[in-house]
Amino acid sequence: MRSNPADYQLVAPASLQAVVSLLAAEPGAWLPIAGGTDVMVQYAAGKLPARKLVSIWNLPELRRIEVSPEEIRIGAGCTYTDLREHEVVQSEFSLLARAAAWTGGIANQNRGTLGGNIVNASPAADSLPALLVYDAELILISVRGERRVPYKDFHTGYKKTKLASDELVRAVCLARRFSGYLAYTRKVGARNAQAISKVCIAALGRRASGVVEDVRIALGSVAPVPLRLAETERLVTGKPVEPSLLVSAKRVAIAEIQPIDDIRSTARYRAAVAGNLVAEFLEKIGEN
Amino acid sequence: MTESLSLEIRALHEVSLTVNGELKTVRAYPMERLLDVLRHQLGLTGAKEGCGEGECGSCSVLLNDALVNSCLVPVLQAKDADIVTIEGLAAGVQLDVLQEAFLKSGGAQCGICTPGMILAAHHLLRRKPNPTTEEIREGLSGNLCRCTGYIQIVEAVAEAARRRAAA
Ligand SMILES: Cc1cc2nc3c(=O)[nH]c(=O)nc-3n(C[C@H](O)[C@H](O)[C@H](O)COP(=O)(O)OP(=O)(O)OC[C@H]3O[C@@H](n4cnc5c(N)ncnc54)[C@H](O)[C@@H]3O)c2cc1C
Ligand code: FES
Ligand code: FES
Repeated sequence: MRSNPADYQLVAPASLQAVVSLLAAEPGAWLPIAGGTDVMVQYAAGKLPARKLVSIWNLPELRRIEVSPEEIRIGAGCTYTDLREHEVVQSEFSLLARAAAWTGGIANQNRGTLGGNIVNASPAADSLPALLVYDAELILISVRGERRVPYKDFHTGYKKTKLASDELVRAVCLARRFSGYLAYTRKVGARNAQAISKVCIAALGRRASGVVEDVRIALGSVAPVPLRLAETERLVTGKPVEPSLLVSAKRVAIAEIQPIDDIRSTARYRAAVAGNLVAEFLEKIGEN
Repeated sequence: MTESLSLEIRALHEVSLTVNGELKTVRAYPMERLLDVLRHQLGLTGAKEGCGEGECGSCSVLLNDALVNSCLVPVLQAKDADIVTIEGLAAGVQLDVLQEAFLKSGGAQCGICTPGMILAAHHLLRRKPNPTTEEIREGLSGNLCRCTGYIQIVEAVAEAARRRAAA
């Protein structure tokens, strides 16, 4: 059943400060809406529990990308198009640029934001494996001030996060130290555009003197939260890429994930694909 | 508190926005969808509702020059924005090159997807005047068509790009 707009309140304060003051005045009462590509879909289906919404779309404080020599700080309100078009994101954080490029069609990329993807907290969210491998840190803001939280600690369970009821995600910080890595990412879905992932992978790796020197592998849609494959990474580090390593890496990767059956795919298919993606990535490092 | 709040919730707001170059002011609930305001209040029925959930692109319009699905935009977020709908693309009776190319190539059949397709194509050609077939497919990937099988649509966009380049 479609929702009745008369039952909903929506306000659009002009500044970030005004938004966090509103959130603090009635914690939990106001739902932020950025590009609305998740919120409005729930609203269309009559499944939006919140009745009071506060727009953060296009707030200038949230829609900036700042580049310093050490890090890049991406405002949570930046859209996928903003990410795709940014030179430093393209050149140094290609995993994020690629994920942005396959998040729905162009209209979705012009509205959907990185902050929305993070807080919506779907296990299938495409930008989150990239944030894991880049060791992203989130800046959260409320009237109490700002705090910086590693992204890897932010998602605590299926659709659960550490965001307090009076907080917003302000920015995502990525350290500029991965340009020397081979970047590998693939999304496996029903079709290339407009399809939610069955499995997606983002990985970085480096080879030195014939062995895998460093790897970082993250998968989406294979567990309640986006997952870093710590065991698999440990297994392959320091070893030459050989057929036997691929076999054992696949086995360890499949043991690390907790895929489920759902409308998009089956646990068995997801496990097989996850193993194959990890192996393909390692092969690429071997060729590198 | 509760009473004043429920009064506030039911209040209509005045929202001004520029649509196809003309400044309009509508009275609407802030969570009303831009799509409904365009169709029901402004009589612009070019944008269609296919799915109502961001999947099909038949409600595409330009919002400050960016292609968006108007079914997912609460009208308050379009306040003071510049909106272009399919009705704003032609100059009077003179069709846009894209519209002519769609007609010529059979890129429009039932026409439900066509306004969105043409705006998506227009958005693409503004950024990439000479797109490859791959880029055309990507630019239109959020717009679904149940009639044409897409070949004629991709051809129409390529044809329009050539004609714009020659003009
Ligand atoms: C057709 C379609 C295709 C899609 N395809 C994909 C896809 O391929 N991959 C994918 O990952 N997703 C996809 N999505 C989902 C969606 O586009 C993304 O999750 C997007 O990033 C959400 O951002 P938003 O700004 O639109 O979020 P909104 O809908 O505005 O908000 C989502 C949630 O985040 C909260 N929120 C937003 N910003 C902040 C902030 N700064 N601080 C605190 N809370 C915040 C909101 O309160 C809400 O709970 C698709 C959606 C549609 C409609
Ligand atoms: S009606 Fe808006 S995308 Fe389908
Ligand atoms: S022409 Fe009928 S849906 Fe495209």
